Amino acid sequence: MVHVSATPVLALRGVSKRFGAVQALTDVELEVHAGEVVALVGDNGAGKSTLVKTIAGVHPIDDGVIEWEGKAVQIGKPNDAQTLGIATVYQDLALCDNIDVVGNLYLGRELKKRGVLDEVEMERRSRELLTTLSIRIPSVRIPIASLSGGQRQTVAIARSMLGEPKLVILDEPTAALGVEQTAQVLDLVERLRQRGHAVVLISHNMADVKAVADKVAVLRLGRNNGVFDVKTTSQEEIISAITGATDNAVTRRAARNAEVQK
Amino acid sequence: MSTDKTSSTDLGKPATAPVDAPPAADAASAAVDPRLLVREQGFGGYLGELKRKVRAGELGALPVIVGLIIICIVFQSLNSNFLTAGNLSDISVAMVGTGMIAVGIVFVLLLGEIDLSVGSVSGVAGASFAVLSVLHGTPEWLALILAILTGAVAGTIHGFIFARIGVPAFAVTLAGLLFWNGFMLKILGDNGTINTNGSGVFYNLSNYFFSDIAVAYGAALVAVAVYFLSAFFDSRRREAAGVPSRPLSEIVLRTVLLAVVAFAVAFMFNQNKGLPLAVVIFLAVLILTDFVLRRTSYGRMIFALGGSVEASRRAGINIVMVRTSVYAISGTFAAVGGLFLASKISAANQGAGSGDLLMNAIAAAVIGGTSLFGGRGRTWNALLGVLVITSIQYGLALEGVAAAIQQMITGGVLLITVIIDAITRKTQKSAGRA
Ligand SMILES: Nc1ncnc2c1ncn2[C@@H]1O[C@H](COP(=O)(O)OP(=O)(O)OP(=O)(O)O)[C@@H](O)[C@H]1O
Ligand SMILES: [Mg+2]
Repeated sequence: MVHVSATPVLALRGVSKRFGAVQALTDVELEVHAGEVVALVGDNGAGKSTLVKTIAGVHPIDDGVIEWEGKAVQIGKPNDAQTLGIATVYQDLALCDNIDVVGNLYLGRELKKRGVLDEVEMERRSRELLTTLSIRIPSVRIPIASLSGGQRQTVAIARSMLGEPKLVILDEPTAALGVEQTAQVLDLVERLRQRGHAVVLISHNMADVKAVADKVAVLRLGRNNGVFDVKTTSQEEIISAITGATDNAVTRRAARNAEVQK
Repeated sequence: MSTDKTSSTDLGKPATAPVDAPPAADAASAAVDPRLLVREQGFGGYLGELKRKVRAGELGALPVIVGLIIICIVFQSLNSNFLTAGNLSDISVAMVGTGMIAVGIVFVLLLGEIDLSVGSVSGVAGASFAVLSVLHGTPEWLALILAILTGAVAGTIHGFIFARIGVPAFAVTLAGLLFWNGFMLKILGDNGTINTNGSGVFYNLSNYFFSDIAVAYGAALVAVAVYFLSAFFDSRRREAAGVPSRPLSEIVLRTVLLAVVAFAVAFMFNQNKGLPLAVVIFLAVLILTDFVLRRTSYGRMIFALGGSVEASRRAGINIVMVRTSVYAISGTFAAVGGLFLASKISAANQGAGSGDLLMNAIAAAVIGGTSLFGGRGRTWNALLGVLVITSIQYGLALEGVAAAIQQMITGGVLLITVIIDAITRKTQKSAGRA
């Protein structure tokens, strides 16, 4: 078992967020420790991406407290989160199509030499980083527009790894990936944990969650619906927490079919 | 090797990675997918790359250059005075005013936005200068600085309203177009036209020539030498870092091409009155702005914003600052352009900044190859585009063609350009490089 520190790196206490008429998050609690992978699961529209964006400073929270290493912090803009050491890979990747891979990796934190962009050093480090992550792309100097969806995903993940983050948040990183690339991303998550990073992983894929996560936090309709230890919880229990019933997708279908037949 | 020293400082290196980074050259080959874009080394590889780019629709400046050659051939065959040193030199000086404005437009287009106020702002700058220096006796240099500041302030106001309050740039700058034109008429007052001095700094902007032939040739030599040395040392540095670099043959070829053009132009100017000051200033501005756009993080922010506003926001880019400053730059160059235009006619009059000036400036940026959709372009596009437009104007004027027809032809050329742009974009899409 991985050693888990006492004070969580990140803790959310009673976080709420509303968009106009939509109460996207209500009193959400979440704790993530260093060296721990927390899977965040829930149905479509449960509020997972919204939760990620509040942590990342894209949407400031309306209510509640965010604690970073035990201290309450304000995260009002993406820079605040970056400064704390939070790196985020969004579901909608948010890369610049017209800029090349190196430029996207270093966007917003370019390496400079005497005030001028140090393209050579950025390119060298980009290649090195992509190599250590076993990421294969045609060239680091082609625009993002010419990469496949999976390749973009790996670039986005690589981008989050620059600058030694303490917490890495991955919003459905494997949704668009093939078998081999999914395995690579999961390996990557394992390596992050081994190095003592805290990881929040959002996924709809229970197999992925079972494979790498330590804890599973379930969101349902913008509220907490239980936190489970992956080792001791069955897949069915998690799924019933997601759907908010003791039954699961299979029994629901059976019930619906039965109704139709009447 | 010193290049390895920094590797562990800010890369998120997984624990399995060796403490010492692998030799950079290995890293270079491993990160590249073996299937694609493996360019042969040497000159053959360079030609192959060029062919592949053209086929994939990455034409770059090629259509404009072909267009310029066609324009030269057509007008020269119509009138043998077209390719004389005198006419070409006149074109070079005349294009600077509109060209400066087009440089500002390139910045705005890179954001994917538009600035309709540049014509009016250029008129305000010329009028401010004339009023200050002629009517109030302000020293010329001070009046010049104040006139340029007027443009910067106007642009900052437009940019701030657009960026902070969120009014569409189109609407803000349309209001600016009307307001600043009225403002210019107001400060010109009853005079209508103010004639400026027939000598002095302002007059020299469009009328000074370095008559010593050594200046033009010297400038060409310096440009070629600086280009070669910077390309050479950049390539050496890349080699040392183990990232792909330009082969020496390619650098030499590019340098030779540049040398041919630079010395031909210098020769042409020297056949006439010598190197025009206006052209020197314009080229200096192009070199400076190109550097800012492509070598500084500020320039990178502009491209990023033109590519994806959301990605820029999440990367922590200060969007309001970038947008506001880009409009300030646009206003500044509009003012500079207006001063050159007023210097050319040694007067500030009520017609300044109106007519087809705005459209020509935008057309120049677009004809030169700046994308209307943001995120793609260079300030050198302004030079190529304004060369096309001014050449057509002068060529048709030599033929005694009326201004009405000139406008129709310029419109046609712009249409052809955007059609080429749209078609190449499609080709690029199908080649996976949209
Ligand atoms: N910017 C926004 N403005 C208004 N409503 C929003 C916004 N973003 C999200 N919502 C709403 O918040 C709720 C939660 O959305 P969210 O994207 O967080 O879901 P999710 O759990 O990530 O779903 P999925 O699994 O489909 O990615 C939804 O009802 C959505 O419509
Ligand atoms: Mg989501």
